[in-house]
Amino acid sequence: MARRIPLGVVVAVALALAVGLGLAASPYASSSPDGLERVAETHGFIDQGQVHRVQEGSPIPDYAFPGIDDPRLATGLAGFVGTLGVFLVAFGVAYTLRRLRARPAAPRAG
Amino acid sequence: MHIPDGFLSNDVAAVAAVPAVAAVAYGLRRASSALDERRVPLLGVTAAFIFAVQMLNFPVAGGTSGHLLGAALAAILLGPWLACVVMAVVLTAQCFVFADGGVTALGANDLNMGVIGALVVGFGVVWALKVLPPGRATYLATAGVGAWMAVMLGATACAIELGVSGTVPFATVLPAMLGVHALIGIGEAVITVAAVSAVLAARPDLLTVAPREGRRFAPAPAGGV
Repeated sequence: MARRIPLGVVVAVALALAVGLGLAASPYASSSPDGLERVAETHGFIDQGQVHRVQEGSPIPDYAFPGIDDPRLATGLAGFVGTLGVFLVAFGVAYTLRRLRARPAAPRAG
Repeated sequence: MHIPDGFLSNDVAAVAAVPAVAAVAYGLRRASSALDERRVPLLGVTAAFIFAVQMLNFPVAGGTSGHLLGAALAAILLGPWLACVVMAVVLTAQCFVFADGGVTALGANDLNMGVIGALVVGFGVVWALKVLPPGRATYLATAGVGAWMAVMLGATACAIELGVSGTVPFATVLPAMLGVHALIGIGEAVITVAAVSAVLAARPDLLTVAPREGRRFAPAPAGGV
């Protein structure tokens, strides 16, 4: 095969796209109820929904970054922080799992 | 489709969590063999992309919106078991950081939006690609149908959980859930096919559920069958 796009470039472009969408597109997402919420409204069980007490202290409730008055900015910041945070957590999980496996043999240093 | 706390009975929430936890645990075990070096950053970026696009609710009919679930996309990129891990990371972050989806309902949400789609697409699409003729169009169409089915099966599971919980009669909630998610599933299919075709164009070797090699896979197909 001819030249391939390096993996690092693919990951960087995809991450930039994800973070960009989380930051800049999320404020313009539809705020209508989603499919389940719509069904719950129509069939009269939406009010049974509760916020668990564990979630009362959640850092960014309802995708609105706390302390920001502009709702679009609050959502965009939540998307930015959330997307980067999820990347770091998932990367960390994958890295750890791979290291756990690599530890006994350690075929290559570095 | 994030179920908040209060919609499901404790029994149903607990029972639904069993296959979800089992699938994620098995996914974590399998990760040791499935995670080659390049899949470590890929898993991270797949989770980030799914999280971001899940925020992008698109309007469907009648003042209702839907968003990507992403299990189908994760399964095509990473295979069914790593997809279970990705979806668990995304849904757990949504639950505890963003208060989206209930805490006791987390297992049910992971089953509905993560595990079912990951396994159906991760195994079903692989099977379908074996029996269908090779080619780019078949591959992308299969990915799209798989994504739609993942949403419909997740909506079915959600309806079963609500029905068994006694929240709403199953015969009422099933057609309601399937009706609206038939539309949302089209959005899922469009986003999944777009993302998969981007990876197919850039680095087809990164797709775990890969197109069948019939003839040499070229960006511009020479002609039909």
